[in-house]
Amino acid sequence: MSEVVGTTGRPPGGGAANRAGPIRGFMQATEIDARMLGMVLALAIVWIGFHIVSGGVFLTPRNLWNLSVQTSTVAIMATGMVLVIVSRNIDLSVGSLLGLLAMIMGALQTEILPSFVGYDYSFTWIIVLAAGLLLGALIGAVQGFVIAFLGVPAFIVTLGGLLVWRGAAWWVASGRTLAPLDSTFQMMGGGGNGSIGATMSWILGAIACFGIIFAIISSRRQRQRFDFPLRPVWAEVTLAIIGCAAVLGAVAVINAYPMPVGLARAYAAAHGIPWPEGGLSISLGIPIPVLIALGVALVVTFVATRTRFGRYVFAFGGNPEAAELGGINTRWIIMKVFILMGVLCGISAAVASARLNAATNSLGTNDELYVIAATVIGGTSFSGGIGTVPGAILGALVMQSLQSGMQLMGIASPLQNIVVGLVLVLAVGIDTAYRRRTA
Amino acid sequence: MAADSRTPLVEMRNIYVSFGGVHAVDNCTITLYPGEVVGLVGGNGAGKSTLMKVLSGAYRKDSGEILIDGKPVAIHNPRDAKALGIETIYQTLALADNVDAPANLFLGREVMTRWGTLHDVAMEAATRKVMGRLNPHFKGFKTPVKSLSGGQRQSVAIARAIHFNARILIMDEPTAALGPAETAQVRDLIKQLKKEGIGIFLISHELRDVFDLADRISVMKNGRMVGTVDRHDVDMDEVLGMIIGGTLPKTANVTNAYVEARP
Ligand SMILES: Nc1ncnc2c1ncn2[C@@H]1O[C@H](COP(=O)(O)OP(=O)(O)OP(=O)(O)O)[C@@H](O)[C@H]1O
Ligand SMILES: [Mg+2]
Repeated sequence: MSEVVGTTGRPPGGGAANRAGPIRGFMQATEIDARMLGMVLALAIVWIGFHIVSGGVFLTPRNLWNLSVQTSTVAIMATGMVLVIVSRNIDLSVGSLLGLLAMIMGALQTEILPSFVGYDYSFTWIIVLAAGLLLGALIGAVQGFVIAFLGVPAFIVTLGGLLVWRGAAWWVASGRTLAPLDSTFQMMGGGGNGSIGATMSWILGAIACFGIIFAIISSRRQRQRFDFPLRPVWAEVTLAIIGCAAVLGAVAVINAYPMPVGLARAYAAAHGIPWPEGGLSISLGIPIPVLIALGVALVVTFVATRTRFGRYVFAFGGNPEAAELGGINTRWIIMKVFILMGVLCGISAAVASARLNAATNSLGTNDELYVIAATVIGGTSFSGGIGTVPGAILGALVMQSLQSGMQLMGIASPLQNIVVGLVLVLAVGIDTAYRRRTA
Repeated sequence: MAADSRTPLVEMRNIYVSFGGVHAVDNCTITLYPGEVVGLVGGNGAGKSTLMKVLSGAYRKDSGEILIDGKPVAIHNPRDAKALGIETIYQTLALADNVDAPANLFLGREVMTRWGTLHDVAMEAATRKVMGRLNPHFKGFKTPVKSLSGGQRQSVAIARAIHFNARILIMDEPTAALGPAETAQVRDLIKQLKKEGIGIFLISHELRDVFDLADRISVMKNGRMVGTVDRHDVDMDEVLGMIIGGTLPKTANVTNAYVEARP
């Protein structure tokens, strides 16, 4: 290590490099976040643990495919909850808002639009989705306005929202279930035609790899242009390899899950493929809800780290007074955070109802708790100013893995709740202790 | 001084600020000319920071008038003040603790790439340049300012105030946390800025600094302006008398002394 870490020039990660072991040296050179790595390790332990105790059914393509779909709705909302909590607020209304928006989108596509354009009109899904997102933004704006401009605490406003929007969800159709949904809209849920197939999955995987490499190279170029300290080349290469391997590995696992027989038969018939003796093994590919969640995560990460708005949200969370004195329009920033949260609830509502192929007024019940839990397990701090979107996604995965794993093992649901509750407190406890030690 | 024949850069007239029943600033008038340093002194709780926060947009005045270049202006928030070229180094520094020095320096005025994203590399480069002038030993451009030392944090706050071509600079105890070398650097900086025609309000408890740097000295006590004197007309004991006892020096010409009754 001594040739990498001289006495004068420290690597950009800083810290006590001289007494570092090889692992710490590696972490510093690659600038991998230790907390994030810890979370990945925790997830790996949960997965391997369940795999062993379930007798080898947890780490199968089928289970992982399902796990990824089940995680998407909570993951989508958790990305927004990161910004909400980073800005020292809370949103307890997301589950109810999801229910209301799902009901309104359901009514729009099963009852209102069909009376004008008939069923399964080709633009129905996009009209419905646009309406849902718009309404989500509007409701988020209303809550955000009351919080930011009228000064009512977010806890109270969104607690009210929790009750109001759930009640409103019932009123949309007097408690009836609205089904079936538009067939294109349904694809957002991941069932039936809701996956993109093996070939497209590989193509997307390849694009993602190019994206990773491009990002690494362009950031290095920029730092070079300004004569800043650079990461060692081997670290950059290692990062690129790890990133690409993770992406391609995930695609390989997803693609290893074949269509169920019924679906494969229908597919073969539709494409004029003769049905062979032993059946057909056709990959479903990446489910659309997972793609939506990944897309949302990418966009919100970008917003949080690369835009003015994101910078202000974090600065406000760190020191609200400093943000105000710095000339930031802090009220407007907070209101925008809640608008974004509302839009994300709309996306989640579309995915959740599409997955069920029905809109019910109880959809999303308790989701606020799962979303908040996923966010804080993912390292977002209630004291404000600290949190990451990828962390929240990992948090959502950990939560869903625990639940699915315990379901798989037939553990009774009261005990499941106990375990999830304990893990939540434990995770945040460990994180707090870690942060105190490194701060 | 001859300064009186020119239009003041800043004129705060009959400013009142009260918190609940407390008159933190009571009918204060203070002026500042281009290229001038006005030392604002007084005991703890005299109202110095409050008066200056009215100018920087952090507090609203209850009544009174602010004129910049002789024209009345409305300052409702820090954005208004910055738009008028007023920059402030707050006594509490007002840094966002969880983000790094470049992010703090450019808070509210970020450099953007042509794609509309934060240009972090450019901001870091600019920060390295400014800090080189202020505190050459400064390190930690990528760490949250929370983990910097008190003096380093103060350097960041000073850098932020001088980087954006202020016309009016408010420095509230700018060297309270600095070591001797860094303090000397800030002193040189103040002289340099003065030469560039910037007007500076300097709040300090260090009377020697005030006498070294200021052209005029304004003294506050219990929210009221005891008076403003020319640095060359008074000695340190006379200023101390103004601060502690509110007694006016016999020989010096005193302006803007407190007058009873609201207008
Ligand atoms: N935000 C506030 N709310 C209530 N009272 C305040 C506030 N800010 C200042 N005060 C009061 O106003 C008075 C003047 O305070 P100020 O901070 O202006 O004093 P100062 O002259 O800057 O003192 P120091 O030398 O200690 O910094 C004090 O009595 C203080 O308690
Ligand atoms: Mg003060």
